[in-house]
Formats: sequence, C-alpha cells, structure tokens
Amino acid sequence: MLAEFGYGVLVVTFLLALYSVGAAIFGYVNKSAALVESARRSMLLTFPLLTVAALSLILLLVRGDFNVQFVYEVTSRSMPTYLKITAWWGGQAGSLLFWSWLMSAFASAATLRKWDRDQEFLPWVIVVANVTLAFFLALNILFENPFARLYQTFDGNIAAYTFAPANSTPITPADGRGLNPLLRHPGMIIHPPMLYLGFVAYVIPFAFAIAALVTGRTDDRWIRVTRRWSLWAWLFLSFGLVLGGRWAYDVLGWGGYWGWDPVEIAAFMPWLTGTAFLHSVMIQEKRGMLKQWNMVLIILTYALVIFGTFLTRSGVLSSVHAFAQSAIGPSFFVFIGVTFVTSIGLLIHRWADLKAEAEMKSMLSREALFLLNNLLFMSVLVVSFWGVIFPLISELFTGQKVTVGPPFYERANSPLFAALMFLMAIAPLSAWGHSTVQTLGRAIWKPAIAAAAITVVTFFTYTQNWIALIGFFLVALVVLVTLYEFWRGARARQKTQGENFFSALAHLTGKNRRRYGGYIIHISMMLMAIGILGIELFQTETQGTIQVGESLRLQGYELVYRDIAQWDDRSTNVNYTRAVMEVYKNDQLVTKLHPRTDYYYEAQQNMTIPGVRSTMADDVYVLLVDWEPASAIGATFKLYINPLVNWLWVGSLLFLVGVIIAAWPEKDPERATVRATRSARQTSAAD
Amino acid sequence: MKHTLRFTFFVLLLVLAGLLANPVSAQDGQPPTDDDVNQVAKELYCPVCENVPLDVCATQACAQWRDLIRLKLSQGETESQIKQYFVENYGARVLNEPPREGLNWLAYLVPPVIILIGAGFLVRALRMMKKPVVAAPVKGPSVEAPADDYVARLEEEVKKQK
Repeated sequence: MLAEFGYGVLVVTFLLALYSVGAAIFGYVNKSAALVESARRSMLLTFPLLTVAALSLILLLVRGDFNVQFVYEVTSRSMPTYLKITAWWGGQAGSLLFWSWLMSAFASAATLRKWDRDQEFLPWVIVVANVTLAFFLALNILFENPFARLYQTFDGNIAAYTFAPANSTPITPADGRGLNPLLRHPGMIIHPPMLYLGFVAYVIPFAFAIAALVTGRTDDRWIRVTRRWSLWAWLFLSFGLVLGGRWAYDVLGWGGYWGWDPVEIAAFMPWLTGTAFLHSVMIQEKRGMLKQWNMVLIILTYALVIFGTFLTRSGVLSSVHAFAQSAIGPSFFVFIGVTFVTSIGLLIHRWADLKAEAEMKSMLSREALFLLNNLLFMSVLVVSFWGVIFPLISELFTGQKVTVGPPFYERANSPLFAALMFLMAIAPLSAWGHSTVQTLGRAIWKPAIAAAAITVVTFFTYTQNWIALIGFFLVALVVLVTLYEFWRGARARQKTQGENFFSALAHLTGKNRRRYGGYIIHISMMLMAIGILGIELFQTETQGTIQVGESLRLQGYELVYRDIAQWDDRSTNVNYTRAVMEVYKNDQLVTKLHPRTDYYYEAQQNMTIPGVRSTMADDVYVLLVDWEPASAIGATFKLYINPLVNWLWVGSLLFLVGVIIAAWPEKDPERATVRATRSARQTSAAD
Repeated sequence: MKHTLRFTFFVLLLVLAGLLANPVSAQDGQPPTDDDVNQVAKELYCPVCENVPLDVCATQACAQWRDLIRLKLSQGETESQIKQYFVENYGARVLNEPPREGLNWLAYLVPPVIILIGAGFLVRALRMMKKPVVAAPVKGPSVEAPADDYVARLEEEVKKQK
C-alpha cells in the first residue's frame, strides 16, 4: 500500500510540475500576476510532496519490505539502519528520486527569495526548474519506478511491475541482495549526495540565465542574483570529486585516487565549465564584458550536468548497444539535445543585446588573463569529453571497442594544468583594465626568485625529475605570489588603519571575502598539486608472496608479515581475512598495519581494504592480494609507497575553508551590486 | 581459421623467441617475479571488466590472465609480444590507449584541432575587444587605473568600506 501511495505522490508531483510550467508561461505571456503566483505556489508544493514520496521509500527500505524491487536490490536484513536509509541513493531508481527531491528543494529555496526587483525572471526560473524536475520525475514514473513490486505471473516469471498484472501473485523474497559492499564506505555514502548537490545547484544559475535571455534583461543582474548559488554548487561538486577520490584510495585497492575513469570524468566536466564560469563572471561584473561567453558557459555547465548524470545512469559506458536498448538512455539523449538547442537558440536570439560595454585595454590585464584561463579550462574539457565519447564513436562506427585510459588524458592535460598554474601565479598581480609587462614584472620578481631558490633546493635534496621540478616551481610561485598579495594588502591596511598585522589580515579578508577566499582556494589547489605530483611521479610498488616472518622491502621501508587470521561476522554476514604487518624504517619499528579482505556473502563480493600509514612525506599502503587458508605458499601482498599524497587531502580541507570564506553572505548583499557608481580605479582594487 | 592463425602465431613467437633469445627476465635465468608480471599487466586493461587495469583487477579471470603473462615471460616473450597476444585475442580494448591506426587517429587529432580553433577564436575575440566600444554607456567603467599604485587603490577601498 505504501508503495502505491509513494508512486501516486510521484505522479501527482509530476502533474503539478507540468501545471506549474504551463501556468508560468501563460501567466508571463498574458501578464497575469495571479497565474505566475499560482505557478510559484505549485512549485513550492513539489518539495513537501517529494519529501513525502522520499519518506515512503525510506520507510520501505528501513522496514525491509522486500516485495518492493528496489528495497530487495539495495538492502538486506543484516544492514544497519543508517545504511538502509542511505541505500536511497544506492541504486538507479532511488538516486533519480534523490535528484528530483534536491531539484525541488533548491527550486523552492530560489523561489522563496524576495523577487521585488526581479519579478520578470520568476516565471522563467520556474519553467526551467520545473521542466528539469518533470523530466527526472518522468524517468521515475515511466522507466525506473522505485516503488515497483515483484510479482509472479501465471507463466512463472518473476518481475517488477508498477501495477499488478492479471493472474499474478505478489512475491516477497526472504531477504534482499544487500547494498553493493563498495558503496558501504562513509566516503561513498556522502560522495553521491555531494555530487548531486553540486549538479542540481547549477540548475539554478542556468534557470536565471535562461530567464535573462527570454525576458531580454541581459545586464548582469542574473549573475549577481546567482553568484552564491554557483559558488555553493562549485563547492559541493569539488568536494564530491575529492570524496570520490578518497573513497577510491581507501576502498578500491589499487593504490590511487583517480583513474581517469569515464564515471569520474562525468563529474569532472561540469566542474571544468563551472570553474571557468566562476572566473569569467567576474569580468562581466567588473567590466561589463564577456556577456555572451558567460551564457555559453552556464548553458554548457547545465548540459554537462545532465550529460554526467546520463553517462553514469544510462549504461552507455558499458556498451552503445546496452544504451540503445535501455529506455532511460534515449530519453536522456533527447532531453539533453532539446534543452541545449533551445538554450543556444535563445542565446543567438539575444546575441546583439549581449555586446560588451567596455573594450580590452591590454593583453596582460586581468580580464585578458581570465580569458586565457577560460581557454585552458575549455581545452581540458575538450580532451576529457573526447576521451569519454571516443570509445562510443569507435564502437558505433567500426564495431571496435577501444579504451581511452590515463596515458591519453595525462599527456594532453598535464601541460594544460601547468599553464593554468602559471596563470594562477600572474593573474592575481595583474589589474583590471590595464597591465603591462613592467607592472607585472615589478610585482612578480621577488616571489619568482624565491620560488626558483626553493626549486634549486628541491633539486639537490629531493628529486632531479624535471617534470616534478617544473611542477614544484609553479606550486612555489603560486603560493608565494598569493601569500605576497595577502602580505601587501595587510601591510597597506596596517599603514592606513594603524592595525596590527594580524587584525589587518583578518579585516582585509573579511572585507573582501570573495577575493581572499579565492586566494585561499588557489593555495589549497597548490597543496593538492603537491600530492598529485607526488603520487603521479614518484609512486613505487612491489608485490610478493611471503611466509610469516618474511618481509617485503621498498624505498627504505621493510614490511614484515607477522600473522594472519580469518573469521566470520555473523551479524553483518561478512568474512574477514586480516593480516598483521610490522613496518620498519631504518630497522626501527614504525607501526603495525592490518591489510584485509572482506568477503560479503550476500553480494558474493570481495573488498580489499589497504593498511595505510600516512605522513606528509609519504604513505605506506599495503594490500592483502591473496591468501589461501589451507595452502603453504604464504600470503601475497602488494606494497605501494605513495610520496606526498597526504597533501592532497590536507589541501582539500583548506579548500573547504576557502570556499566557505568566499561564499559567506555579506552583511549587506546589495552593496556589491552597484557597479554603475564605481570608478574603474576602485573596481580594480576591490575585486 | 582462427585456430590456425593462433597456432601459426604461436609457432612464430616461439621461433622469434628462439632467435632473439635474450629477453629481460630469461637473461638471468630467474623466474619472473610478481613485479615483472605487474609491469606488463599495468599496461593492459581487463578484457571483460569495464575500465579496470589488469594489474589491479581482483577477479579470478584476471588472476589467470596474470598467470598467463607470467608463463609467457618465463618463456621469454617480450612485453610487446605479450601485448600483441592480448590484442589479437581480446581486441584493442585491452590496451590503455587506442592503437594509432585508422579511425583511431581521430582520438589523437580531434582535441588539438579543436583547441587550436578555440585559441584562434580567442585571439580574434581579443582583437575585436581591443577596438574602442562605440557609444560606451555612461555607467560603464571608463578610465584605466595606473596598475601599480596598489596602495592608493587599496586605501581608497578601505576608506569606502570603513
């Protein structure tokens, strides 16, 4: 009964979303404020309705109602309650409902704001949000019903149906199949919601952009209204990516965090356009330029958000043919096509209205450098996008399946990332409007000399690998330039305000959160870059089969195999095999590690959990690859030494701090919106 | 037909191995280590899973493929011969990049071409943007600031925000 109720609520919400779209368009065309208000209220109603639907599903999951196919597929009796709840997004149908629920929450939040000055945007924001919502709800209602029940039909087949077929009996399995063990890790519990938060939050700036295009109000109001939305969306997306990496490092057992897998790239692509967008909107706010380009970027971001969901949800990656046979794939494809073409059509329609208000003064001005940054982000996007879809094209046209793996992406993207780092070093020193080689040179020579000195020290003490040296030089340059900027700002305040250095620093950051939050993000990115350089360039590994008492040696470490044990945990239905290894460095016992394999009986799946000893210098990462209880050949271990990788995780924490500073609400949000009265002189200092 | 081909290939391999007779691992007469095997497996992808490198793939099938690599190494085959064997038996998808031939060249050529076109557009756009804006709106920021009087700018900002 609860399942039918949940499904009914989904259908009602879907109809309501469609009504809301119709009422908003009709209200706009006929200038009927009452109809638009009706559309707004319907929009607001979708959120409580979807919450009820979601609660129904959660109740079914927690109760273990295995008659419902989704519950049967993602939960089992032995799972703890919190995992049963988070199993909501552990499978296809549930995660699509999760998407819709977030969409309605965000759209409601956006429509609850004060609209006085932006009344004309309202109907079109409702239209975009609800068209997206209706699409995802339709996927649930038509193809992937999370509330479908299992029935045995008269011919003996068992399948899931939304409505009981004739001559059938409901089937309730004694236990469910249980959540994929890989998805039971804390990182994986938070990672999908983070990504989805990011994905869905980007729909809001897109909705405002479309509203601006339709209504012809093409000043930068839509950007100002959605600035915080894009920043939070970017935060969630970035953090989702990092959590995904951490999860891979902890659970997947291959010694790395990022494998250029199409599923990872699916989430990385909207991040690329989103990051480019974050930078280039500043040009529009400061200088009234690049209006057309910003539209292109937000349209691309929206398309890539839907495309990313499509890549991971349609089965297209396993085979083009599986995709063509699935119902959900082609619908996605059509939706992406229609929304993209419509948006671009609107943009072309308004092209002339989006002319720049100012001219480019200098190729070294901050806006010119931001444009270059955009080109680089787009280039990484082109490489990534092409790498993901090329295997599909190849399969489609020649029938030959090919793999596009890490070497392809790394070769193409590494120089692009290096160029981005270089830009990060010089762009903060350039001014809006006008910069010359002399002004830039004057600002950069001190940090550059210091960075070169650090690189020389690195050369003699750490590595002679020239790629690493270039990387470390750029990291040092960016960090020093950015710190120098903090220092210069604080010193200037000290002089004018008579504050001490630290309170000057705090006030400086507080007065211009976006700029200095952004700088903290730059520094955090560089810390992450240290981690990436470390593991990419200096990772070493060895594998061996050894007896108790024997050891593996690598990079000055000795790991002695001391013991192994195997036992069943009846309550969770998991078999654990856990080895004990002592880690020695210079013959000193450093720590004990416990690599293990967990065998999940229900899912019949193995998980390889590494034993890790993590320091800022390196990670000792050991896996138990193989061990047979009744054999005398010993146990097989794989040992990785991953230099510097911890910087990646530390960097991501600092990153969080930076974004929160940048996105923290200003006391008076309207203060920031009056570009018109500022002179260029003030503008260039106050970005 | 396929069997004959495979057989011929094997014979050829044996002959080649005999002719060359100085592959890496056979040189010192030692059996190949796990590291030797992983060195080769790292460059290959699991023929049946999605996007899983062969050296870290945990399935039984992959363990057998790694044993096959070990066997071939001990028979003196080189890395490229083993790769070739996998390609012939399981298709080009076992390689970590598309082989550089035929249509696959598109994989390598399309991104640089698009990026170059993008760069061209950027240069053109920058040139166009350098032209003075006709009838610039009054509200637009108009005069350029001398970029280096940083302190003065900051002071102004500070005064304004006090």
